[in-house]
Amino acid sequence: MSPNITLSWVLALAPEIGLLVVLFMVLVFDKLFKPADRRQVGLFTAWGALAVLVMTVALYWVLDQPSAGWGVEDSLFWGGMMRNDLVTFVFRLMFLSALFLTSLLSMDVPRLQKVEYFALLITATIGFSLMAASTDLIMVYMALETASISSYLLAGFYSGQTRSSEAGMKYFIYGAFTTAVMVYGMSLLYGVTGQTSLYFIGDLFSGPEIAAVQPLVLLAAVLITVGFAFKTSLVPYHFWTPDVYEGAPTPFVGMLSTASKAAGFAVLLRVFLSGTLGPANTGSEWWAMLVAMCIITMTLGNLVAIFQTNIKRLLAYSSIAQAGYTLIGLVTLTQDGSGASMFYLLMYVFTNIAAFGVIVIISNVTQSDELKDLSGLNRRSPFLALVMLVAVLSLSGIPPTAGFFGKFFLFKAAIDAGLWWLALIAIVNAFIALYYYLGIIKYMYLYRSEEDDVSIPVSRAAQVGLVVSTVFIIYLGVIAGPAFELTRQAAASFFPG
Amino acid sequence: MEFPFLSIIALSPIFFAIVILMLPKDRGENARMLGLAAMVLGLILSIYVYVATYQSLPPAGTPWSETLRFVEEHPWVPSIGLNYIVGVDGLSATLVLLTAIVGLGGVLISWSIDDRPREFYAFFMLLVAGVHGVFVAVDGFLLFFFYELAVLPMYVMIAVWGWKERREYASMKLTLYLLIGSFISFISFLVLYFTPVEGGEALQTFDLRIWSQATFPFDIQRIWFMPLFLGFGVLAGLWPFHNWSPDGHVAAPTAVSMIHAGVLMKLGAYASMRVGIQLLPEGGVYWLPFILLLTLINVVYGALIAMRQKDLKYMIGYSSVSHMGLVSMGFAAMVLVGFTGAGIQMVSHGVMTALFFAVVGMIYDRTHTRNMDDLSGMRKALPWTVVAFIIAGLVGMGMPGLSGFLAEFPIFLGVWEGRGLDLTAVFGLNPSNYYGIVAIIAILGIVITAAYILRAIHSVFFGEYEGEKWHDMRPLLAIDKFTLVMFSVILVVIGLFPMVIAPIVESGMAPVADRLHVAQQAAQFHGGTITGAAQQMIQIVAANVMAWLGGA
Repeated sequence: MSPNITLSWVLALAPEIGLLVVLFMVLVFDKLFKPADRRQVGLFTAWGALAVLVMTVALYWVLDQPSAGWGVEDSLFWGGMMRNDLVTFVFRLMFLSALFLTSLLSMDVPRLQKVEYFALLITATIGFSLMAASTDLIMVYMALETASISSYLLAGFYSGQTRSSEAGMKYFIYGAFTTAVMVYGMSLLYGVTGQTSLYFIGDLFSGPEIAAVQPLVLLAAVLITVGFAFKTSLVPYHFWTPDVYEGAPTPFVGMLSTASKAAGFAVLLRVFLSGTLGPANTGSEWWAMLVAMCIITMTLGNLVAIFQTNIKRLLAYSSIAQAGYTLIGLVTLTQDGSGASMFYLLMYVFTNIAAFGVIVIISNVTQSDELKDLSGLNRRSPFLALVMLVAVLSLSGIPPTAGFFGKFFLFKAAIDAGLWWLALIAIVNAFIALYYYLGIIKYMYLYRSEEDDVSIPVSRAAQVGLVVSTVFIIYLGVIAGPAFELTRQAAASFFPG
Repeated sequence: MEFPFLSIIALSPIFFAIVILMLPKDRGENARMLGLAAMVLGLILSIYVYVATYQSLPPAGTPWSETLRFVEEHPWVPSIGLNYIVGVDGLSATLVLLTAIVGLGGVLISWSIDDRPREFYAFFMLLVAGVHGVFVAVDGFLLFFFYELAVLPMYVMIAVWGWKERREYASMKLTLYLLIGSFISFISFLVLYFTPVEGGEALQTFDLRIWSQATFPFDIQRIWFMPLFLGFGVLAGLWPFHNWSPDGHVAAPTAVSMIHAGVLMKLGAYASMRVGIQLLPEGGVYWLPFILLLTLINVVYGALIAMRQKDLKYMIGYSSVSHMGLVSMGFAAMVLVGFTGAGIQMVSHGVMTALFFAVVGMIYDRTHTRNMDDLSGMRKALPWTVVAFIIAGLVGMGMPGLSGFLAEFPIFLGVWEGRGLDLTAVFGLNPSNYYGIVAIIAILGIVITAAYILRAIHSVFFGEYEGEKWHDMRPLLAIDKFTLVMFSVILVVIGLFPMVIAPIVESGMAPVADRLHVAQQAAQFHGGTITGAAQQMIQIVAANVMAWLGGA
């Protein structure tokens, strides 16, 4: 245990507490500052997110909280409800960056310049952050609901617009149902073991006694996977994805497709690798299930994406496929693999938010999200075209972008674990994906639109957001070393002992 | 620390690309000046590297890892053995210089481009950076990284600035062909990364210096040589994977065609030699006699198809396929003289094709047709182009006194020498039976080359000049003339003074040839047939799948 228990307990929750402070200030923002400009609230949220981000990094660097040297016991806080380890740290970085970038990109969308929108973004982030930290079934559920309920509201935020309301409703019904199924699975686990802590349950199941309750545990694994797979949009729980992405406010979709997905993967990694649903080895039933889901998710996502004409739907299917790739890291069951998954999610945050950011700005002008709206983008705004080009290259995994290293680490981990056939399937998929990603480039650079000479204005805030994302995409694509070392080191805490 | 020459050569174009993109919209003028500055800087440094390498050639018999000059080494992702290592041997120093020259020519030739010049030059810089990077990379991963970096700008440049009728089709085809090829090679990389070498552990590194000293088990070499070699061979235009290349050449804008045929295809040949043959020499001894037959088809079939073309650019595109076949043929000869010939052919063909495409580009810019039937008497209108075209044509035919002879003669000599090989390799082909015949047929292929080139010269440059049809033709710019003269002079100088290039290329090829020679001596074709090895692999797969199904 670390010397000053009380303090480090608080420090373990410091980023969430920081976000809560920002949240309250945003809620009373109008009364507090009486802003003349509606954009102020978004700007304030962005600064708040940045401050919390800096604080989180400072805690790690200066105070060594969380420390890389902590064992499982040292990093459990609040009665074993949460763990403040490097995994939590890395995921917090993703969520806070996502919040920062999303607020910057939402700022100039007139219909989103409301206190409620930004407040909900922050509560969702708190939920994501707690999801990544939680090590107890109850905590997992609470955090997941915090994140989900905010997300439902955000998806339907354009009230009065059918598409958006439909998105919110669909997301809610689907989410409520899958969460209920998941809770049922959790109750089975509790019934079998009388415990809710992931690590206690993992310990109980590591012995031969598990044989007696094998069928029940398998059922629990299947049911719990439903909830997590919904969050991460893995096939066959992906049906909501295209509709919600299409209808929901675009800046929020950037967040939904990255932070929400990352949070889902955080619990997925924690729960499965801790052995809560049966020991983490290739003999487990859930392993075979996840491998099958991984293959189907990649393939289906990519094949369907080819036929999309709406850019948001295209990116929705692409994000389904990307979830499939990310799952490869989990099913390798190795430290390298989980580290690679986390690196992939990290780079995906910047990549996808950049892509959606460009779409936000374009659809602000064109009022639609069709792929053909990208025609002549290079002439209308070379800056946006370049950002989109970098994002698309990163999604398709071509150097010198982060996606290249993301895929490389994943495939390498898979081959290292003897799953070379899985890597092969993933590589074939990467080629299928190349077809439609290059298609986007073709629209931007090759085709012309009737409004070629009407340039698209990009606000300062959006410029900052897009430049930051692009710089990170290139940085992670050229100097991948430090980030990968960090995620790899973090992944060690999935494998205690 | 030494001055990082190679890093600056490879990475400075990227820096210039960023600067060019940051220029304001109406400053296209400055974009090309910056592009020119980048290329001149690269050229000066490349010349220095070339001369310095030439002055300290290693003695024969030095292993490859010790022939490298200007080595820079930095950790990249240390935990999985990725390092940033660059260095040059004789061959890569030559190819770096070639890239710099052709890159400079490319910038000059596209001087008058007016459609989005900033983007054009930025992508062009990226392309050059990627090509330079492959030639200087000493780490397998870095090589792959730059290889991919080179392919992507090709896509954008062909798709955006290319020939309107075919560009979408050609650019997509080219990109998919090249990326799939490179990924197949990359899978082989990963296999080598994880495979235990003979008498040791898995290497777990991408450092080519370490790989080039290791011996992989014979079965691994035999199975993975072909994916590795062919994966890169796609870019070298090896039959039957050459299909993307003529389409790509034709659809690309002139500067890109020049880089593409002039340098990019060498990338494939270079990588398949440096990585394929050097790392897996026993696999090479096993498969190269078979690959020789493929290259023969390349040479003869490419020439025959070129003869059928009416479009001048398609003709040159197919002639590239045919000439690149000669490069791979030099490798397949498996003797040093063949390798040296192949190396010189890379340079000679690089300059020659760049010159061809420059001439065709100049004619097309002015006449808006490339159909040989529509063109005639160009010697009147554009007298400089006819001299340049004839010089390039003579190089293609292998005329003594020009660089082509110096390249093609050793290749044929090497193949002819191969008659002495007594190996029973793949499919029971014994090379000693047919190397002589292949050499003879390939030489006859040159006759076909002569036929189509002379025909083109006759119909395009000579014949009646239709003054009325072309009355508004612009004369050549001084820059155009400079480019033509620069390339022609290089071809002539190499032909007259082989000493400027032959020893340095040979020093780069010698370690590879040595390794092949050792493997030939060992010639250990025990351990069953290739079908047996493949069967075994399939059995392993099946067992894995069964185990997995059983687990489920």
